[in-house]
Amino acid sequence: MASIGYFPGCSLHGTSREYDESLRALLAALGTSVEEIDDWSCCGASSAHQGGRLLGVALPARNLARAEAQGLSEVLAPCAACYSRLAASRYEMDRDPALAAKVRLVLAREDFRNRVQVRNLLQVLRDRLADLKAAVRVPLKDLRVAAYYGCLLVRPPEVTGAFDDPEAPSSMEDICRALGATPVAWNRRLDCCGASLSLARSPSVIRLGSAILQDARKAGAEAVVTACPMCHSNLDFRQGAMRNRGAFEGEMPVLFLSELAGLALGIPPKALGLQRHFVPTGSVTSRFAAAAGEVG
Amino acid sequence: MNHPHGPETLADRVRQRTGINVRRCYQCGKCSAGCPMAEETAVRPHDVMRMASQDDLEGIRQADGLWYCLTCETCSVRCPNQCDPARVLDALREMAQEDHPDDAPRPLRAFHRSFLDQVRSHGRLFEMGLIMAFKTRGGPLFADVTTAPGMLSRGKLHLAPTRIRDLQEVRRIFEACGQREG
Amino acid sequence: MARIGVFVCHCGENIGRTVDCARVAEAIRNLPGVVHSVDYKYMCSDPGQQMVKQAIAEQGLTGVVVAACSPHMHEKTFRRAASGAGLNPFLCEMANIREHCSWIHEDREAATAKAIDIARTLVEKVKRNRPLQTIQIPVTRRALVIGGGIAGIQAALDIADGGREVVLVEKEPSIGGHMSQLSETFPTLDCSQCILTPRMVEVYQHPRIRLYAYSEVESVQGYIGNFRVAIRRKARSVDEEKCNGCGACTQACPNRKVPSEFECGLGKRPAIYVPFPQAVPNLPTIDRSRCLLFLNRAKGRPDTCKKCAEACSKGAIDFDQQDRIVTEEVGAIVVATGYQVYSIGKQTGRDDIQGYGEYGYGTLPDVIDGLQFERLASASGPTAGRILRPSDGKEPRRVVFLQCIGSRDPAKGMEYCSKICCMYVAKHTMLYKHKVHDGQATVFYMDIRAAGKGYDEFTRRAIEEEGARYVRGRVSRIWRDGDVLKVEGFDTLSGRPIRMDADMVVLATAVRPQPGIEALAQKLNVSYDRHGFINEAHPKLRPVETSTAGVFVAGACQAPRDIPDSVAMASATASKVLGLFASEMLEREPTVAVVDDARCAGCFHCERVCPYGAVERREIRNRAGQVVRVVAYVNPGVCQGCGTCQATCPSKSVELQGFTDEQVFQQIQALGL
Repeated sequence: MASIGYFPGCSLHGTSREYDESLRALLAALGTSVEEIDDWSCCGASSAHQGGRLLGVALPARNLARAEAQGLSEVLAPCAACYSRLAASRYEMDRDPALAAKVRLVLAREDFRNRVQVRNLLQVLRDRLADLKAAVRVPLKDLRVAAYYGCLLVRPPEVTGAFDDPEAPSSMEDICRALGATPVAWNRRLDCCGASLSLARSPSVIRLGSAILQDARKAGAEAVVTACPMCHSNLDFRQGAMRNRGAFEGEMPVLFLSELAGLALGIPPKALGLQRHFVPTGSVTSRFAAAAGEVG
Repeated sequence: MNHPHGPETLADRVRQRTGINVRRCYQCGKCSAGCPMAEETAVRPHDVMRMASQDDLEGIRQADGLWYCLTCETCSVRCPNQCDPARVLDALREMAQEDHPDDAPRPLRAFHRSFLDQVRSHGRLFEMGLIMAFKTRGGPLFADVTTAPGMLSRGKLHLAPTRIRDLQEVRRIFEACGQREG
Repeated sequence: MARIGVFVCHCGENIGRTVDCARVAEAIRNLPGVVHSVDYKYMCSDPGQQMVKQAIAEQGLTGVVVAACSPHMHEKTFRRAASGAGLNPFLCEMANIREHCSWIHEDREAATAKAIDIARTLVEKVKRNRPLQTIQIPVTRRALVIGGGIAGIQAALDIADGGREVVLVEKEPSIGGHMSQLSETFPTLDCSQCILTPRMVEVYQHPRIRLYAYSEVESVQGYIGNFRVAIRRKARSVDEEKCNGCGACTQACPNRKVPSEFECGLGKRPAIYVPFPQAVPNLPTIDRSRCLLFLNRAKGRPDTCKKCAEACSKGAIDFDQQDRIVTEEVGAIVVATGYQVYSIGKQTGRDDIQGYGEYGYGTLPDVIDGLQFERLASASGPTAGRILRPSDGKEPRRVVFLQCIGSRDPAKGMEYCSKICCMYVAKHTMLYKHKVHDGQATVFYMDIRAAGKGYDEFTRRAIEEEGARYVRGRVSRIWRDGDVLKVEGFDTLSGRPIRMDADMVVLATAVRPQPGIEALAQKLNVSYDRHGFINEAHPKLRPVETSTAGVFVAGACQAPRDIPDSVAMASATASKVLGLFASEMLEREPTVAVVDDARCAGCFHCERVCPYGAVERREIRNRAGQVVRVVAYVNPGVCQGCGTCQATCPSKSVELQGFTDEQVFQQIQALGL
């Protein structure tokens, strides 16, 4: 059984636990076990690097160092923000030996070599496209999805290693296609959802998020697919507020990529945590979960 | 190249911190054209780049665009001359806060301090704690409280924090990075 | 007894700022053998040269050291001066205290000490210089011009009109280059075809021009005045002796869906084609990558379609034609290979060029590049000169032009300014306005660069009289909403984001050298910059010469250039070539290797290490005419004076004149290391 290092991050243990649940179920179905970084800590996400470069690099580095000590060569960070912070930390230390030395001192880990690869869900699934395709039991036939990348999964290219084109990416669409779904061509797939301003300045988030959902709908999408808890929260949880303010009408289910893949692999919706969404996902699950013999 | 003589400019300081030469900026505005916050801010990324090359840290400190940056990286990925405005804004925020910790707009300050406090106290983010601390620090008081029950019933909010085992290590990191208690 | 004169130059402030020139002259004056040592502000000026001449005459100097700039700059100048005063020019040497000293140091004390050291080593060298005589070599008075665009055409015609034969090589099936694709040209809006096609015909009919179209330079051997060039004549699959250009074959071809290179993909052509009706030569070519017969052959299947051959009344179609190599002897070469436009969003052979995903070129059909707009505007183009957008053939009411696509953009292209785009965009707005009277042209620009005769007036006219709206800012991205393109930009002058609708977007793509330019430059042994542009020998004073004598450069392969500049440069190369051909013999510097017959052991190690193939074998015979020994011989016409043979000869029997081991060792010893 293949194994991969795993950094769930705070959101996946809290507000986005369905991402964690669906991801574990999906990887298990693909025959991959996850090995969580022992005693991992918060990556610092949106706040640490606002308060200084060193803290912004050192907090993620603690986790990279633990992963390295644990013998992990690569770590999957499903949260786009965690992925970005971990990968940026690795990149910054690679590029700036003086900074790396400072971080080693701060962490009190002289032997830290900064050799752990950080990967996001798009990278992991795209590299296993054939396996994924072979494992599909319920092809998501005629399901039109808007693959939503947001900001940090494909940029900046120095940090992501340019695994996909930062302006014209295709990996998420390729994955959706492998699941039998039909990705729509739309315009706002790289737009920012408002990210960490969610709490501090929610009107901005509603403006940005509703524009994304409207564009997805205009392109004919029946669901938006994401691989970021922050994007998910801003599009799913905040959709009610958008409706209340007249910024968006009706409902647009927002699914994690792991949930979408889980459905296609015949995993019951409940095991994927789909009941935890704010916007009901029945319009999708009723069509595909039924075929698998289970209704969520 | 930095001129060996003459006083140290803001551009020099940014360059020392980030390796980025803000004088490279063409002032083409492509960063501001794609900035998701440009509609809401008076000072846009290319304005900040201009002020940085003109040695105007005072002006930058008061720029709304500096504080409401989403760090979405759109500006940096589209900049034709590799000026990396997102990194420059990071550095300028850091510099502004070193001298004047209370510069950031109140809700933002409340959010970031509450966030870091959670990490310092538990090693991980305790979301319920974050919301509570944010509110008491002066975040919009009722904006999100109504939704908390929905969060709870969906099993998305924990009522008690999870602490990591080696909390001392995290605290040490905060201390070494010069982060004072919020 | 040596009598050396030393002349220390301040080079204005270039040297004087960091080196105390008077002290250098003073220090050198006391060296043994030095009888005269002075400093002066501008040694290369007339009074400076007079000082050198006067000292040679009055002091009876046996050697001269000029401590100044690089020998590349002024060695010739001072050797001429020395010669004018009756001294053998090769007894005059440069001590480089500018590039090697003043320009790279800041500490005046240390720089002055180093300048003294440099001058001292040259004094020791000059003491051991021997008088040398220039070498005479014969000149083949024919020229090769590589590239049949406007620069190559101009150079070929000027040289041929000057009375010398020209071989013109063009890799495409027709000459004409990019200029043949243009509609009207700035700043006068004269028709490109009308001024170009007569020149193309002139080339074809000129008695002194031999045209090899659809051909490429295979290899180059030899040296100035004596090049031997192998040219690959690619198989057209058409016998040019038999073909009368009737066009029946192109009509008969069943595969008519090949995207036309000439129309930049906006039109189609058959697999056997003439690129455009005014092509020169007017000969069809079979594109073997598209021809059914050749596609079948590649799969090992029998020939099926022979429709072109059946339609040809002259029996000119030759499916079995092979590439042929012809050899031409020439005395000079003009490189005029021109440019390509930056290919948006495509891999272009350079890893750091990424393309513009944010502008949707290639996915949004109504986002086109500048050259495609030229074809839309051209009377001979795919729309017969009407501005119609590719997606639905409708006339666009709102056209947005984006400048600097690939230019001034190190992130996605090149850092340099492509020079011609500001002008061609202004022209495009005018052409558009002249054809779509109620249309609105908007230009996003960073700076308007319109330096040239009548150029600024031209861009101002576009803005002031023709109603083009100019917005200073770059566009962040373009996306589609139904059949409308949404353009998101920023007006940096008013400080406002701009969101506008467009029916068509034109990207003003950058100018790059032709693909394969590096390989050609290596064959010619000329240097090029990191973008692939051919380097000129000196940016100001030798703009059309290259690092290799006898090879000249014209047009956009040297840097982005417009038509007037390319033509002027081409005429300049022609005058250089004709100057070279003015006499039958050519003088060359004697800095070449010479073999000492008596000591040469005949191991021919030198022959193996010589990068220029200058070493030959020479038989030494006795009185009876029998070969007694074979020794090395360096052909002074080919030798470039690199010294590799001297450094590697096991028996120390070959020496570079002017750079003997003794001279170099004495130089080193003078440093007292």
